[in-house]
Amino acid sequence: MIASKTLDGAIAVTRFGLGATPGELADAADDPRGWLKAQITRDGAEQPQGSLPGSVARVSDLIAYQGEIAPLRRQRKMAMTVGMVGQDEAADEHAADELKQERRAALQPLLEGVRDEIFARTRLATATAQSFRERWTLFWANHFTVSTAKLQSAVLVGPFEREAIRPHVFGRFEDMLMASTTHPGMLMYLDQAKSAGPNSMAGLYRKMGLNENLAREIMELHTVGADAGYTQADVTEFARALTGYSIGAKNDGPDVQGHFLYRPLLHEPGARTVMGRRYGQDGEDQARAILSDLAASPKTAAHLAHKLAIHFVADEPPPGLVARLREAYLASNGDLAHVATTLVDAQECWTPDARKFKTPYEFVVSGYRAAGASPSDPAKEIVQPLTFLGQRPFAAPQPNGWSDMAADWAAPDALVKRLTWATKFSAYYAPKDGAPVDVAAATLGERLTAAARTAIARAETRFEAFSILLMSPEFQRR
Amino acid sequence: MTHESGYSRRTALKFGASLGVTFLAAPALAALPQGQRKLVVIICRGAMDGLSVSPPVNDPNYYALRGPIAIPADQALKLDADFALHPKLVNIYALAQAGQARIAPAVAIPERIRSHFEAQDLLESGGDHLYASTTGWLNRALTVQASGGPVTALAVGAQDPLILRGSASIQSWSPGGKVTQDMERISTVLQDLYAQDPTLSRAFSSGMQTEAMAENFGAGDMTAKMQSQPQRIANDVAATTAKFLTQPGGPSIAVLSLDGYDTHANQGNVNGQLANHLKNLDDVVNGLHDGLGPTWSDAVVIAVTEFGRTAHVNGTGGTDHGTASTMILAGGALRRGGIVGDWPTLADAKLFENRDLAPTLDVRQVFKGVLRDHMGLDTRGLDQTVFPASSSAPALEGLIA
Repeated sequence: MIASKTLDGAIAVTRFGLGATPGELADAADDPRGWLKAQITRDGAEQPQGSLPGSVARVSDLIAYQGEIAPLRRQRKMAMTVGMVGQDEAADEHAADELKQERRAALQPLLEGVRDEIFARTRLATATAQSFRERWTLFWANHFTVSTAKLQSAVLVGPFEREAIRPHVFGRFEDMLMASTTHPGMLMYLDQAKSAGPNSMAGLYRKMGLNENLAREIMELHTVGADAGYTQADVTEFARALTGYSIGAKNDGPDVQGHFLYRPLLHEPGARTVMGRRYGQDGEDQARAILSDLAASPKTAAHLAHKLAIHFVADEPPPGLVARLREAYLASNGDLAHVATTLVDAQECWTPDARKFKTPYEFVVSGYRAAGASPSDPAKEIVQPLTFLGQRPFAAPQPNGWSDMAADWAAPDALVKRLTWATKFSAYYAPKDGAPVDVAAATLGERLTAAARTAIARAETRFEAFSILLMSPEFQRR
Repeated sequence: MTHESGYSRRTALKFGASLGVTFLAAPALAALPQGQRKLVVIICRGAMDGLSVSPPVNDPNYYALRGPIAIPADQALKLDADFALHPKLVNIYALAQAGQARIAPAVAIPERIRSHFEAQDLLESGGDHLYASTTGWLNRALTVQASGGPVTALAVGAQDPLILRGSASIQSWSPGGKVTQDMERISTVLQDLYAQDPTLSRAFSSGMQTEAMAENFGAGDMTAKMQSQPQRIANDVAATTAKFLTQPGGPSIAVLSLDGYDTHANQGNVNGQLANHLKNLDDVVNGLHDGLGPTWSDAVVIAVTEFGRTAHVNGTGGTDHGTASTMILAGGALRRGGIVGDWPTLADAKLFENRDLAPTLDVRQVFKGVLRDHMGLDTRGLDQTVFPASSSAPALEGLIA
């Protein structure tokens, strides 16, 4: 097959990247594969810019918030026990409202921090000149989902992505797995921080006990996958090995607060057996050894290869590509730079037909890129529209993260919502210079079909032309 | 405004015509001899804790197993000598008192799975084992000719759930949309562009029709409320769902999803995390009840989750992934009665794998009973198409009045 270089350029920018910014197609057209490979950098992903506190600072904010809110809760509880509640309904309601308001006020700075993170990250995606690097990063951030679904993890989603994911996206998978599993964001999100072995000191004397949430999701979602053949006993054993993986709290001192902290008093003593292998290590190293084996497992390689092929090529990915990515992972000891290079070199990724339907986040980001714009209002331009489109940033409803499948996003209502957004967006951002067909050509290159070109040329206004471009099948897909 | 409603009708007719069926004239269940039968399925995602939804207050092991997260008997809403409802389920309780809500306290999907995502797949695909089917059982139910003619379904939410995916066209709706004149104009152009893309073409025309319908009955703009009080929107969404169901030519079936039930830590008891989510569920059922009005007497609502949670409280004031859970049935079309299915008890020897409430009833048996006796599907269609390989899970008798 003699693929046109300019078509390959368009594929590089729209399928591997996040959509063309004005002029970007020309940059990629000379050497599309080289353009992509230049973005595979050992130092990992770009970092969002802005005043963004790290996880240590955020944990301290959270502790401060809890300090503010605890006395209010106590007052309320006290009032309940002494019978002040339940006598006068209006007064009770008033008191409850007051508590809610004070809580909301105390929460405000925390929530603003989350918003700042979403804003910085989206601005990076809309403006970066290395959008393959960013797409690759978003894939891994979604793979290791931490969500705002819980307040404790909400404030840590941004720091988690910046600290545990971005530095490792072109490093070894095992390092990213380790960074994720020991990050306060993940430890909070999947309830690990207080999990204690039944025979640990905390289990025996403080009535603390096991929580198997993180152990199960590491096996099912992060590594070997649900079909890997492990049992409930494997999950429980791994959960026991993970006991002690925790976070420094206030009492642990200022140098430790907000950092990963291994707590021997919570750790279940003894050897563990997970998926047929015995782990006799002591303490913290026991779970590390299991994590290391999970990262090296061919089942993990297959699971990740399958997911990557789905993300980049098709909802039903070509088996040959899956096999090649799996081999690349195993041959390189889980070197993600090598896996990324293999992906770029794979013929299956360069087929002219665009089979992937964009997620709402990808759609919105690529809209800004097509307009050569970046959002300036985080609430109105990012959080609100993406909430309506079904993908509020950082808020995946479940730990398996956001779906990559058209069946999940191309719902009837979803398309109407996309059109709503496209017209609102175009009213502000439709490019004011150049013929609309030239804007379309600069966005999609050779992927622009004759039908869409004609429809755009016939549009009465720039606004309408740009709306049609955003809603065209070739822009909705990649 | 008159202008807008005029536009909506035009749009509806136009898209109906382009689909090859006239949407507004589609035969709905209004033609059913039994009357206008409605079915709403609420999927509670994350594994809802049945032992808190319907605490078995008389089970000798309940309080010992549950400790701090048990629902105190004096605060639970008593259904009978053995079972109660969670104190937040006040509306469902009122329905139960009127003979219009029942619980099935120990149901499970056919395979023993503790992965949320696999279990949700199985619950919604309706197979006898995992990956047996890639379409949803409620979509396949649409393809089986019911005695009253074909019916349509509505998915509520930004994504279509698996349970409604398949060859039958469905509608979908979520709050926040408003079709403008600009959109109407552009949509005609898009319809042409999508001609070569069946996925987009089908979905887009259906979506525009549904918006037109919502506009006709004045679904209202919930944008502001979604921003300021997202937790209060459940009732409104349910009310709008009810409006869809009661429109002439509207859907007969609706599916809603609620999430947040994965309570591994600090689950709470009478109040707390789980209680808030149960209040949400109660609001949805109440919104459906009020919104359906007289149609409630021809409706069945099913609230179901992928699996239950461990019988024991765990080490962090929560519960881990378990097996059987509670299903809630509500609606004026229900037959009055006690609990649905047997209670296996929480005795040590009765727990599944020494940790979970054991199932006594297959979720498919309840679904089949409702589809047959309420929606008029025949046994053949149920056993062969809707729930393949389910002859070992026969339709449950006596659910429908």
